[in-house]
Amino acid sequence: MFKPSHFAAVVLFALFASVVFGITQRETPKRMIRYGIYCFVLFTGSAVALSWIMFLIAR
Amino acid sequence: MEVDEGHQLRSPQPASLRLWRDDSKRLNRRLPPGPVRYSQKGMATTGNTNGAAGLDSKPGSRPATQQSSKPGAQEGFVYLPLIAGWLVPGAGHFLLRKWGRGALLAAAIVGMFSLGIAMQGRIYGGASDILDMLGLAGDLGNGLLYFVSRVLGLGADQVQVTTADYGSHFIVVAGLLNVIAAVDAHNIRTGRKS
Repeated sequence: MFKPSHFAAVVLFALFASVVFGITQRETPKRMIRYGIYCFVLFTGSAVALSWIMFLIAR
Repeated sequence: MEVDEGHQLRSPQPASLRLWRDDSKRLNRRLPPGPVRYSQKGMATTGNTNGAAGLDSKPGSRPATQQSSKPGAQEGFVYLPLIAGWLVPGAGHFLLRKWGRGALLAAAIVGMFSLGIAMQGRIYGGASDILDMLGLAGDLGNGLLYFVSRVLGLGADQVQVTTADYGSHFIVVAGLLNVIAAVDAHNIRTGRKS
């Protein structure tokens, strides 16, 4: 059984979703790569930011 | 500028069109006395639905966006890439000879589904409440992957550990991403996307 940490699951999720978003939402390969990286950074960055916010609220 | 006979006159009528109509009626009397309808190139009328792409094309010829595509991609059943892409991830793009995109989409979707199964994620089989119905709808987006895993009894019946919850969401999201990829293949097939 595969047991990733929460952060590893977030990174895997962001990776796969960004690949599909990049390919399907843009037309040229260069823009696909840029949009894929943009989505990946937004996915992981927002998860980290929200985690810190929830951590600070819970204290 | 074209004149279609037997339709209503559009109003307000531009002065240039009004003058043109008067001149044409004066010069040749072939127009009937009934109302006429004017249309110009670029308007969304039958035979000119490609907008700006069809402006520079000669009458009767295909627009430049369709001329550049491969002829084999424009033949056959128009919904075949959509259905194939839903049943097998990436197959819709493979049918359209988009090998790189299809391979990446297949790797992403099958990888996400496989990781979900490896995490002992739940595969929704029934629709007892609204959340199960939504989960089932997402799982069905995986196409044959869903049916094969149901037949083989993969996944868990109940979510008991945290990673199994992650896995359930991986499987649902893989199905939703597969639907997006199938629709993208359909858009390429219809010429909406290159």
